[in-house]
Order: sequence, then C-alpha cells, then structure tokens
Amino acid sequence: MSDQESTLEAHKEEITSMEDTERTRECPCFIPRADIYELEDRMVIVADVPGADEHSIDVTLEKNVLTINAYVDPPLKEGYTLAYAEYEVGDYQRSFRLSEEIDRQRIEAQVKDGVLRLFLPKAAEARQRKINVKAG
Amino acid sequence: MWRRYYRVPTMWRELERMQREMNRWFEAYSPERLHRAPGYPALNVWSNEEGLVVTAEVPGVKPEDIDINVIGQTLTLSGERRPDRPSDGVRYHRQERFFGKFTRSLELPFPVNVDKVEATFVNGVLNISLPRAEEDKPKKITVKSAA
Repeated sequence: MSDQESTLEAHKEEITSMEDTERTRECPCFIPRADIYELEDRMVIVADVPGADEHSIDVTLEKNVLTINAYVDPPLKEGYTLAYAEYEVGDYQRSFRLSEEIDRQRIEAQVKDGVLRLFLPKAAEARQRKINVKAG
Repeated sequence: MWRRYYRVPTMWRELERMQREMNRWFEAYSPERLHRAPGYPALNVWSNEEGLVVTAEVPGVKPEDIDINVIGQTLTLSGERRPDRPSDGVRYHRQERFFGKFTRSLELPFPVNVDKVEATFVNGVLNISLPRAEEDKPKKITVKSAA
C-alpha cells in the first residue's frame, strides 16, 4: 500500500513568473500535470485541471504553440471558514510547442472529471513521410 | 437630530463587519496557512457551528472508485486513480500524472451525524459535507427573567 501511495503527488506546482508578464487575476496559477503520448495516427495530451469545466477552459493555438488556460475561481463557502488547508485553488496555464506533423485543423479537446484531453491528429502527409530504414 | 447619532454606530458596525469578512478571506488564502499534505489527496476543511465540509481535488478518479467512511470521529477517504489505457504501440513523451490507490484519514473535531454525511463530485473536486451531531451542537440558553 505505502509504495502505491507514494506514486500519487498531492502538491501542486505554482507558476512563479511568466516570462515577465504579470497576471491580471488575483489568484494563484498552477502548472497542470500532464501526460503526452503518441499513437500511430495522433498525439494525446492529458492534463489535470480539477475544478475546471468546458466553459472555463481555453485552448488556443498560435503558430506552433498550443496553450491551455483553465480558470478556476477559489471557492468561498457561504457561512463557512476555511479551518485547515493543504491546497490552494487557482487557474492553470501551460503551453506546448507542437511539431509540424500535427494537423492543426483537426485538434479536438474534451474535459471530464477535471481531466483535459487534447487529441492532436497527425497530418496525412506527415504519416506518409515516415521512411522505413531497411537493413542493408 | 437623534437619527444622525443613531446611524453612525450602525455604519461603524457595518465597516467592522466588512473588515472581518476581508480578514477572513485573506486568512483563508494566505500561503502561510497552507499545511503540507501528508498524503494524497490534499484536503481542505471548511467549518462552522453546524458542521464541516471537506474538499479534495481528485481529477480523473471515477466517483465509483471513491470510498468515504466515518468511524467514530475519523473520516477516511480512499480510492484509486486508474491510468488511461491507450492501445498497444503507445509511446510516452511525458508522464507526470500518477496513478494508484490512496487513503487519507482525518480526525474530526466533533462527532458527526453519520446518516447525513453527503458527498458530491464535480469536475474532479470532491465535497464531503459532515453535519455536526445534533447532541453536540452548542446550545443556546434562554435567559429567563426571575419575575
């Protein structure tokens, strides 16, 4: 049990400074933990954004840079005081540089239970470009 | 004229109330008050006289994989975060999200009404509401006149 528990990390990594730009929202901003994997025909980015839903997530693509922004307002429970805290609530932001082989027109995003999944299909020509290396 | 004097203290009271509210807000979110979570998941506890609300961020955990138990004055939260199972031939470029079983226990400051414990799970955030046991609630004593 203990060795299984050790693989789960409770700590969230906060963004300290973002390339000299200052944030306009007065709540912390975190770097969402992400997995990136590649399948035959697509790349998949999976990111943890607890508290965000389809209305509070922006995914933008500018040139080669794909940026995820998730806005989560820290809850203030009416009539309650926060007696003990181990985590903070705030926004999420992270950017990824895409390779040329991604078909920009067909990128899809989906969010469920606080997990964002981005499906990045590879362009048909990129798939064809792959050259098999034969043993001589 | 009396009306003017009457209104001043009301305004002060209102200001004080606002001040208290703001302090509460700042205190609630100042990082000095952040404790290091001894395990996964990190927990936040909200309280008032009527009970507690315990919250946790457990993205990607399915509601049916979460177990909440209250035994005596101990709340136990356990569950499992299961990995995505992409098809064979998958190549990971980056793997930062972890999976596995987890258990957290929390000692509650007062007995709770176990039958009325409720939990919601929205966007990967768990909210467990634990109403204080009726017999443990502070009692308001009416002062009777001796006449």
